[in-house]
Amino acid sequence: MKSLRFALLTLLVFLAACGGTSGQTNPQPGSSTYIQNKGSDTIVNLALAWAEKYQAEHLDVSISVTGGGSGKGIAALLNKTVDIANASRQMQAEEIKQAKANGFDPLEFVIARDAIAVIVNPTNPVGRLTMQQISDIYSGKIDNWFQVGGQDRPIVRLSREVNSGTHVYFRDTVIRLGDKKNKTLFAADTLLLPSSEGIISEVRQNPNAIGYDGLGYVPPDLKTVAVAKDAKGPYVLPSIATVNDKSYPVARDLYMYTAGQPAGTVKAYLDWIVSTEAQTIVANLGFVPILK
Amino acid sequence: MKRRFTFDRFLIQRLGTSMITLVALLTVVPIIAVFAYIIGKGAPALSWQFLSAMPHDGMRAGGILPAIVGTFYLTLGTAIFSVPLGIAAAIYLSEYARENWLTRLIRIAIINLAGIPSVVYGLFGLGLFVLFLKFGTSIISASLTLSIMTLPVIISAAEEALRSVPQAFRTVSISLGGTRWQTIRKIILPQALPGIITGVILGLERAAGETAPILFTGAAFFLPHLPNSPLDATMALPYHLFVISTQVPGMPIQIQYGTALVLIIFVLGMNLTATIIRSRARAKRQW
Amino acid sequence: MKKALSWSEALITAVVKACGYSAIVFVILIFFFLLREGVPALAEVKLGELFSTRWYPIENHFGILPLITGSIIITLGAMLVAIPFGIGTAVFLSEIAPRWLREILKPLVELLGGLPSVVLGFLGILVLTPYLRVFLNLPTGLTALAGALLLGGIAVPTTVSIAEDALDSVPQSYREGALALGATKWQTIWRVTLPAARSGVLTALMLGIGRTIGETMAVMMVTGNAPVMAVKLTSIFLPVRTMTATIAAEMGEVANGSTYYHVLFFIGLVLFLISLVVNIIASSVVFKSKTRAERVLS
Repeated sequence: MKSLRFALLTLLVFLAACGGTSGQTNPQPGSSTYIQNKGSDTIVNLALAWAEKYQAEHLDVSISVTGGGSGKGIAALLNKTVDIANASRQMQAEEIKQAKANGFDPLEFVIARDAIAVIVNPTNPVGRLTMQQISDIYSGKIDNWFQVGGQDRPIVRLSREVNSGTHVYFRDTVIRLGDKKNKTLFAADTLLLPSSEGIISEVRQNPNAIGYDGLGYVPPDLKTVAVAKDAKGPYVLPSIATVNDKSYPVARDLYMYTAGQPAGTVKAYLDWIVSTEAQTIVANLGFVPILK
Repeated sequence: MKRRFTFDRFLIQRLGTSMITLVALLTVVPIIAVFAYIIGKGAPALSWQFLSAMPHDGMRAGGILPAIVGTFYLTLGTAIFSVPLGIAAAIYLSEYARENWLTRLIRIAIINLAGIPSVVYGLFGLGLFVLFLKFGTSIISASLTLSIMTLPVIISAAEEALRSVPQAFRTVSISLGGTRWQTIRKIILPQALPGIITGVILGLERAAGETAPILFTGAAFFLPHLPNSPLDATMALPYHLFVISTQVPGMPIQIQYGTALVLIIFVLGMNLTATIIRSRARAKRQW
Repeated sequence: MKKALSWSEALITAVVKACGYSAIVFVILIFFFLLREGVPALAEVKLGELFSTRWYPIENHFGILPLITGSIIITLGAMLVAIPFGIGTAVFLSEIAPRWLREILKPLVELLGGLPSVVLGFLGILVLTPYLRVFLNLPTGLTALAGALLLGGIAVPTTVSIAEDALDSVPQSYREGALALGATKWQTIWRVTLPAARSGVLTALMLGIGRTIGETMAVMMVTGNAPVMAVKLTSIFLPVRTMTATIAAEMGEVANGSTYYHVLFFIGLVLFLISLVVNIIASSVVFKSKTRAERVLS
């Protein structure tokens, strides 16, 4: 029984300590405003960096950031459980209809631009591919690296999960080459990894792998493939410049959605996000700042 | 003829024993290796700052305090719901229930609860607590989900502890005029307490380490401050480990190992406490 | 000579009884919820479509067969690991090891059982999968094999613990009788002790299987999550996708009430039913053997 009392005492002490610490890190009750930000895993680290910077400068605001996929953020917005939904794809027609049915018009803000880099292992000799080749690789028509000028190795295809906006974007723009009637799917044996980092670490150590990810996620030690729109065109590497002059064919906008017109703290935060200060953070993280 | 027979048998025995020993070795050595590896790689990351500071720089630096506190709150919440319910159910099974079809049905139900996959608990928690009862993604939703998951462990352990108290204790108490509940409360329960506590700790240990049930019921990727109320979402160590090892680019490997180590220490500390309580109780047993 | 219960005693008795029934209530509640949210899938998706071989839910390909085969192949693989290592270690601890060694090793094995699966998954992606890819010359290490090895590792402590208890509870007289009749220790173990502990060992295995089928995080991190039909023997060296990983990875994203939502709950229902069947088989084995033992001893 003595040990029980001791355990309970330790428990109380710990609780008290937590109470003390939480007093220091919590914003003052009453005067604080809480913004909830949820959605795209592509945007999540950017959103986190923004949240940190903004909270450091505005001590009365606190912002929580959660990932889970563009779909999750939009679903939460539709349920009105978040203030801002991060999405790496645009809201679809059914989702907009659902929003109107729930009593609001979703408002779209472009907050950054993103290049989708196609990455391979650094030891892979292949450095350039056309859109058609990438499409054929991912749909299963091309199975071996030597078919595109590489070594005799099987191709291991890596992709994001189906709930990722990045996945949807890649499917529509690259595999289906922008054709809405095209119904080609990813090859059935494509590895659907639950996170960007999973793709990065597999490509880093596996010479057979090919993957795709937002440029902001690609560390410098991986090899990025130069992409051409067709066999005649120039092979372009993704960068801030090539996204803004539209020469890199696999680029997209990143969005934040609010339920109707934002007001108060949310509006101030969104205004800040398109400011130069916030957009510098965008560039630092490897995304493409929006042009003024 | 007889000698060859004997020779074969003992050769087989020697071979068999060596093989079994090898198998056991192959089981035990990787266990030790896993712990040694994580301790080795994670210990350099541990510091008071790591344990008490909030994360910053996209969680790539700083500490993991909110995850530790979150796991603590979740474990506490789980205990609040599952311990009273579990012990009461165990008392029923051990002291009140008769061996009929209803009791057998309860036992089957307990075995089934124990076998349900943890992600199905997550689905159930999502459907019932988050959506239907509108608690939202919160500590309370996650705790309730975890407590139903922990219930079978506590009930089984508590019932066994209660049953192991010799019948003589009960008979003497009743012969002295005690009611059934008085007997339980004043005599049986205190005697069974160490076994019950062991079971509770082992159950809570499992709840503290689970990720799937809290994925859609309470876990958050990043919160700027510690949770204020049970209706807040929270960060938690197992989910945090999952996130930093798979979702955040450029996460220093040391922080990942450090977080894994903290989680292991938390969970295994509970395991060790339970084992110590169990062996000391066995020594002090009055029968 | 019945004592008249005071009403507070009656109240407490009622509360305790209610708590006792709670387990049944929860099981029924869980089953009901899964049914409520999962059965609409049967109405919204044609049965042929639901049991087809393509899982691409955002374009209404809801074939869950690849997921089921993925779960099955990993469970089978894990059992191939857990049975020899689990029972072997249990036999070692109970019959061969000296007492002092047993006191050290048994808690050590149980320690592994307490290890959260996310930690094993973490080690899996950092250490196991690269090793598998290099050692076995596979296209990628993210395979069913990686999942099976990790799950075997998770199932072994449970199996060892329960099987060892079962072996330990076999009366010493059984062993002594066998030895007196001239059997070697080895023969005793395999022909007398182990069969006597059969029900406990089977329970241990079934619980191990149950734990394996339900495992989520470790498999989500190391199996590659590719929804392929895992039906060939070589499929174990390829990536697969389990039912549990699918739910965990995709649930957060679905809109409530959509067909996709219902299908995911349907998968949860399938998992629930599988574990129900496994547990009923396990418990009926235990119950049956008990009555047989009683007959033998009487």
